[in-house]
Amino acid sequence: MNATWPAIHFTVNGASCSVTVPPMKRLLDVLREDLHLTGSKEGCGEGECGSCSVRMNGELVNSCLVPVLQAEGTQIETVEGLAVDGELHPLQVAFLEHGGAQCGICTPGVLMAATQLLAHNPHPELPEIREALAGNLCRCTGFMRIFASIQAAAAAAAPSAKGEHHARQS
Amino acid sequence: MRGNPEAHQLVAPGSLGGVLELMAREPGEWTPIAGGTELMVAFSAGRLTAPRLVSLWGISELRFIQVTPETIAIGAGATFLDMRRHKVLSDELPLIARASGWIGSVANQSRATLGGNLVNGSPAADSSPALLVYDAEVELISVRGRRRIPYAAFHSGYKSNIMAADELLFAVHLPRRFAAHRQYLRKVGTRRAMAISKVALAATARLENAVVREIRVAAASLAPFPVRLVKTEAALLDRPLGRESLLAARAALLDEARPIDDIRSTADYRRQVAVNLLEEFLLELRRERVRQ
Ligand SMILES: Cc1cc2nc3c(=O)[nH]c(=O)nc-3n(C[C@H](O)[C@H](O)[C@H](O)COP(=O)(O)OP(=O)(O)OC[C@H]3O[C@@H](n4cnc5c(N)ncnc54)[C@H](O)[C@@H]3O)c2cc1C
Repeated sequence: MNATWPAIHFTVNGASCSVTVPPMKRLLDVLREDLHLTGSKEGCGEGECGSCSVRMNGELVNSCLVPVLQAEGTQIETVEGLAVDGELHPLQVAFLEHGGAQCGICTPGVLMAATQLLAHNPHPELPEIREALAGNLCRCTGFMRIFASIQAAAAAAAPSAKGEHHARQS
Repeated sequence: MRGNPEAHQLVAPGSLGGVLELMAREPGEWTPIAGGTELMVAFSAGRLTAPRLVSLWGISELRFIQVTPETIAIGAGATFLDMRRHKVLSDELPLIARASGWIGSVANQSRATLGGNLVNGSPAADSSPALLVYDAEVELISVRGRRRIPYAAFHSGYKSNIMAADELLFAVHLPRRFAAHRQYLRKVGTRRAMAISKVALAATARLENAVVREIRVAAASLAPFPVRLVKTEAALLDRPLGRESLLAARAALLDEARPIDDIRSTADYRRQVAVNLLEEFLLELRRERVRQ
């Protein structure tokens, strides 16, 4: 610890945290090393692969590109926050059922990108899913199973909502 | 080599005034960091040389999109996601919203700022061609005051610009008079998403009785920094749009483009694609003339 480092406060999955680390330490490293939340992964370390994606104040970010000082006062959501009391999130269930996860390195980031998408757009079309996931690289699935998993989760969430949504717009 | 966080100081004064005072007290000592999507990539790779950084993230005075009767002002701290989501901007200056959707993935657009894109000054910067064909002005700020210059005069060389050591980019001002212009923007890269452009071309134009009365053409990756293609414009201005002016414009573009060979493409390919994009725009414009 160094006397010149400020304590940095934020919440992770609803729980308050305070860390005293170099302000330039990457949020990803703080999550993994200081808070022992090792769900978020480091793939490329340069914003290309999306394995470290988390949500910060409701926006998807690459945590490898966030100096932790810039997380001061924010609400962080990571893959560890998806399941509640041991009950899997509908996206996680869909990924299991549809083979959306294989080796698992990209999965935490993919799940957060999918969470972000569904938060804004509960019934995305395939091109919208593709765009939302464009920053998440997967070497196993060929992506189609990931897209299918997300579509299944969206359909399971509210099967009839799509019709209502369209009806409202017309 | 890995970046060492202990080797860099990072402070967050939390207000525009606080940042400017710091930069005035020790000019050139402090490197601003906004969304970090350039600087943190360098840091992760152990390539960040700046020892002292001052954070602009979260400073609301820099993150705004303000619509007035004559102009739309975009704060340097506005993210590309902010710009994509803005209704008036998307309706009237759609090239900016479109370019915003190209700046990497959603996770990048949520952090990448307009100021960071322009000050970083890559020859391939995606926001630049659109700003150039909309006659953007940039506003710079320091404790000494503010000044406004045309964006076309901002870059002074490869990754360099005319800002003083104590200045920040404050905002970009866009006149609201292009809604009725024919507008064009196309980026050619390796794949649709997440690819830095090999070449990009933007244009706005207005015809009157089949004569080109206003035209602006700008490109990325055809010069050490994004530029207006003034000779190409001159070949088209105040002439009827036809085969003759089209050939003259192609020749002018080939004459004034200064692309290079690099990891992403070759000078020859860039030149060829640029004239094809120009032709695509001019053919669109001509079809519109026929409809008039
Ligand atoms: C995966 C990935 C994909 C990308 N794809 C693209 C792409 O397709 N097209 C593209 O154009 N870019 C792309 N980028 C680059 C980058 O996202 C953009 O250039 C972005 O706009 C930079 O903004 P920032 O706020 O993150 O910059 P930062 O990294 O915070 O800063 C960049 C530079 O600008 C300076 N700076 C920032 N704000 C100010 C200010 N207000 N006043 C003075 N100086 C300032 C900083 O000191 C620094 O020199 C990509 C980056 C990544 C990681």
